[in-house]
Amino acid sequence: MQISVKINGKTYDHDIEPRISLAQYLRETLNLTGTHIGCDTSGCGACTVHVDGAAAKACTLLAVQVDGCDIKTIEGMANGNEMHPIQEAFKDNHGLQCGFCTPGMVMTAADILKNNPNPSEEEIRHGLEGNFCRCTGYHNIVKSIQQAAEKINA
Amino acid sequence: METYIGKPVKRREDARFLKGAGKYTDDIKLQGMTHSAFVRSPYAHAKILSVDTSAAEKAEGVVAVYTGSDACGTFGVPCGWQVDFKNGETMREPLHPLLAKDKILHLGEAVAIVIAETLELARDAAELVQVNYEALPAVTCPKKAMEPSAPKVHDQWEDNAAFDWCIGNDRAEVEAALANAHHVTEMTYKNHRVAPNAIEPRSYISDYDVNADKWTLYTSTQNPHLVRLLLCAFALGIPEHKVRVVSYDVGGGFGSKIYHYTEEALLTWASKEIGRPIKWTSDRTEAFLTDAHGRDHIVHSKMGFDADGKIVAHLTDEYCAMGAYLSTFAPAVPTYLHGTLFQGVYTTPLIHLNVVAPFTHTVAVDAYRGAGRPEATYLLERIISKAAKEMNMDPAELRYKNFIPPFNGTTEPGYQTQVALQYDSGNYHGVLKRGLEMLGYEDFRKEQAEARKNGKLLGVGISTYIEGCGIAPSAVVGSLGARAGLYEVGHVRVQPTGKVSVFTGAHSHGQGHETVFAQFVADKLGIPMDDIDIVHGDTDQVAFGMGTYGSRSLAVGGSAIIKSVEKVLEKGAKIAAHKLEAAEEDLEYAEGKWTVKGTDKSISFGDVSLTAYVPHDYPEGVEPGLDFSSFYDPTNFTYPFGTHIAVVEVDADTGKVDLQRFVACDDVGNVMNPMIVDGQIHGGVVQGVGQALLEEVVYDGEGQMVTGSYMDYAMPRADDVPMIETDRTTTPCPHNPLGVKGAGEAGAIGSTPAVVNAVVDALAHLGVTDIQMPVTPQRVWKAMQN
Amino acid sequence: MIPAKFDYIKASSISEAISLLDKHGDDAKLLSGGHSLIPAMKLRLSRPEVLIDISGISGMNSITEDGNEIVIGANCTHADIVNSDLINSDLNILAQTAKHIGDIQVRNRGTIGGSLAHADPAADYPAVVLACDAKIVVEGKNGGRTIAATDFFLGIFTTAIAEDEIITSIRFPKVANGNYQKFFQSASRFAVVGVAAVKEGNSVKVGVTGVAGTPYRATAVENAYSGSSDAALHAVDGVEDELMSDHFADEEYRAHLAKVMVKKALEA
Repeated sequence: MQISVKINGKTYDHDIEPRISLAQYLRETLNLTGTHIGCDTSGCGACTVHVDGAAAKACTLLAVQVDGCDIKTIEGMANGNEMHPIQEAFKDNHGLQCGFCTPGMVMTAADILKNNPNPSEEEIRHGLEGNFCRCTGYHNIVKSIQQAAEKINA
Repeated sequence: METYIGKPVKRREDARFLKGAGKYTDDIKLQGMTHSAFVRSPYAHAKILSVDTSAAEKAEGVVAVYTGSDACGTFGVPCGWQVDFKNGETMREPLHPLLAKDKILHLGEAVAIVIAETLELARDAAELVQVNYEALPAVTCPKKAMEPSAPKVHDQWEDNAAFDWCIGNDRAEVEAALANAHHVTEMTYKNHRVAPNAIEPRSYISDYDVNADKWTLYTSTQNPHLVRLLLCAFALGIPEHKVRVVSYDVGGGFGSKIYHYTEEALLTWASKEIGRPIKWTSDRTEAFLTDAHGRDHIVHSKMGFDADGKIVAHLTDEYCAMGAYLSTFAPAVPTYLHGTLFQGVYTTPLIHLNVVAPFTHTVAVDAYRGAGRPEATYLLERIISKAAKEMNMDPAELRYKNFIPPFNGTTEPGYQTQVALQYDSGNYHGVLKRGLEMLGYEDFRKEQAEARKNGKLLGVGISTYIEGCGIAPSAVVGSLGARAGLYEVGHVRVQPTGKVSVFTGAHSHGQGHETVFAQFVADKLGIPMDDIDIVHGDTDQVAFGMGTYGSRSLAVGGSAIIKSVEKVLEKGAKIAAHKLEAAEEDLEYAEGKWTVKGTDKSISFGDVSLTAYVPHDYPEGVEPGLDFSSFYDPTNFTYPFGTHIAVVEVDADTGKVDLQRFVACDDVGNVMNPMIVDGQIHGGVVQGVGQALLEEVVYDGEGQMVTGSYMDYAMPRADDVPMIETDRTTTPCPHNPLGVKGAGEAGAIGSTPAVVNAVVDALAHLGVTDIQMPVTPQRVWKAMQN
Repeated sequence: MIPAKFDYIKASSISEAISLLDKHGDDAKLLSGGHSLIPAMKLRLSRPEVLIDISGISGMNSITEDGNEIVIGANCTHADIVNSDLINSDLNILAQTAKHIGDIQVRNRGTIGGSLAHADPAADYPAVVLACDAKIVVEGKNGGRTIAATDFFLGIFTTAIAEDEIITSIRFPKVANGNYQKFFQSASRFAVVGVAAVKEGNSVKVGVTGVAGTPYRATAVENAYSGSSDAALHAVDGVEDELMSDHFADEEYRAHLAKVMVKKALEA
């Protein structure tokens, strides 16, 4: 089935089998392998991307469902070599270890801060409930998002 | 000159991960690569009556289908550790086939592999493989597995024991001391089975190059060389020099990616059969069913005390599940990584542990973050807190009373335990004191008493752990049954321009080696970190290595690098002396240059490096080049220790536990990068909290897994846990050059009993003395009703 | 994880979707947010041959006021509901409930119509739909009809929707005094017990999800209630034989939790 999707500002046209998930499409067809698949059934959040500006789990969306949508993936967060303030904050606060959940965490964090520029620790933690991290114990991820909020608001 | 050791240097690996540019195995695509899917057993125990692959073979896009009847059926993956029976009988070691042929021994065991042009087609065709099974009764509990009526896992032996084992003092002596003890505290419980759940599923690509007759295996492993060794020398019998194992970025391991898995060997075999690369990436269901699990001990324990509260004896019997087959390190986990820690941080004079390790109709149990030591710590720390309650003593006071006094391991000797080990250095009073200060223990007890008056259930739980890590002296582990040495390799290649490439056999899958290893190499060489590159995870680049687990990377891998750095400086001094026309002993090395003492005559590291590679004006008898590889075999384990304290509130209506505070004061020896050490502690603590409160693999009576997805297997999410309050004391390791002990597992070892102690403490006034982990709301509520 | 093959058709109108449903019968499934369906298809527990995507149908994603009712298009996402000023002011209980569903990402995609049609016995909405006496508006080949919430849920994953019917909207009365109390299962975060209570003077309507195979109105509680939360003791009256049980909550504990959560809802 023919789809046309804008991804990180660029439009792609592909003929795609309906059963292919958005995550697979990004990874296999477009080689955007920053979107990770951890559970493939919307439990872990590693595949989180933005669809028309809202965080979504790319494993549980069919590529055909996002025909005509505007998608942003982790690869679209930095501006060239200049990292997004959320990415910077994750680095500053050791908000990642193995890096596998990280793209999903960053994309979810962006959604949290978009809707709530000054979240409390509790709101951040609640906002991350769809994203597993097995390395950091979340401590430094929460700190990263707190710092990112300050930077963005400054 | 900027120095790096001890500073929270930001990680160099982060940029690629944050930009989505990490290179995990599933991210790799090769020319002509095929994809594979497994046909897995829906039964835990069954006879395979027939396998019909004809429809699958004819399906669209299918390249090949293999079953246990094919040549791969003769191969098996090995076990790396031998623990024989107490009576001398050799450990029972079944063939662990790459594909099951006649019998299924655990749920999810692979019966066939389907290789196709795409993953979709492989999955479709896998459904067309017709397998007829005759289901048989299964046993999943290690204690039940030893009952005479239990279904047998392996028909060739008279019962399900893989081995039995004991350690410590004479059992009769320990029993006698317990009989004479003033007070005996007893516990029976299960240290339940958990699933490691690295968020990156296991992923492998095998690529056979027919012209070079060479394989490349890309694998999400914690130890590429070990996998290559096991694959070549044992599983397939192929030449080791013809196999390259590559493990780039790995998305968490926690032990589960140490082992050589059947899929790695099968893909390697099959890629030669079809002459094309093959990829397999586990899905999450397969991860639950086939990644080695952790824990699964059934424990019965007694600890005796004198009238003053001093421990007089400790006797424990355990049944520890092995699963259907023996995974790479499995036999070591409930024995040498477990029983040897039964001294804990206490002066217990008499200790005996007896272990029976049965096969069960489950996936294998092997090392999971902490491996044997969390199980030992859980037992010691729970039983001591339970004893304190029974003897009406404060749990901190009882611990202080029994601590081994401080010793530095240099001017004072190490501490010889009753269970084979000699601790390196320790100050157990120090961490408990600091932990209690951090918490405000006295004030908390007052707050708790007040809260209780209002029906609010607050509890505090203390755990003072020790662990043995930095695994390990080869001669020691060899005498204990290890079939490999456990040294590490560090190779320092100084380039002609003075830039340095460091090759390490350790493997980073989140630990930050690229940063930390560069920190200490930079300091030792007196050059900027930017001049140093850390290379790992490729057997064609790194000479050899045993990999990363057991909190060993820095203590063992770091020490190997230091040895090579020292060799570089030693040779560099010869070259420098020649160039400076001075005697070597008149030189000193600092800030990246050799200086003739008391003069301003000096030569830089870069100039010496260049001279080594352009040896026109060169000392006689010295080889060109500045390139050294070293093997470091530690003389002892390292022994980090610490105090973890949890504060919980239990909801009286529902039994739900709210973890309100978690205090961790750890002593991991010298610290290279406090940011990274804190991160390791945070993560370890939350994994341990996960076991205490949430996580449990549940098999039903037929051996079906009740908790095989994130809908049923509960892991900590961000809102399940608070910020972790950390601090440290520093008692350097006396026997390695950096004085480091290791921090990877500490969090997971200390935290679990702290949480359960806190929950029991919150309910103590209701008569609750123990609750089976994980302390779910239902279990807590039921405990409150009794 | 890959679903079995299927055809995908994006319906542009309700009538098109209905005729497609009629044509493909059992072989077809409607796709809106897909957050229950797609995982089930990936695990190959569900294998529709045709997916009819109704998410693009215009007019099914608005939230409007109609007299004393609020009409919510079936394609409204949980996030739409959480963020709706109208719902927050005049049907606050529904916003409270939607906040408890899934996580940010799931709320951004999952829809109220999809959730109700799926009828997961541990879903959140059924409790509030029941307590509010909402009406589920469906359309089929023979025209439209309105199903009362109390007639809608027939069992586990079973509803009163006919094979050719589509939920187009849900009509809620405005509710001034309602609240939703949830005790979630620690892995899935679905409701072990979810209780919605709508109070009016000294009477209350109570919807309960997660406890029995079919979500229910706790009529025994409603009858016993006269302002005191003691009525919560009757939370599972009449469903004692239908209590669900799993390794997180057996029947005894679930019944207890039902009483606790009903009590909280009555006291809130």
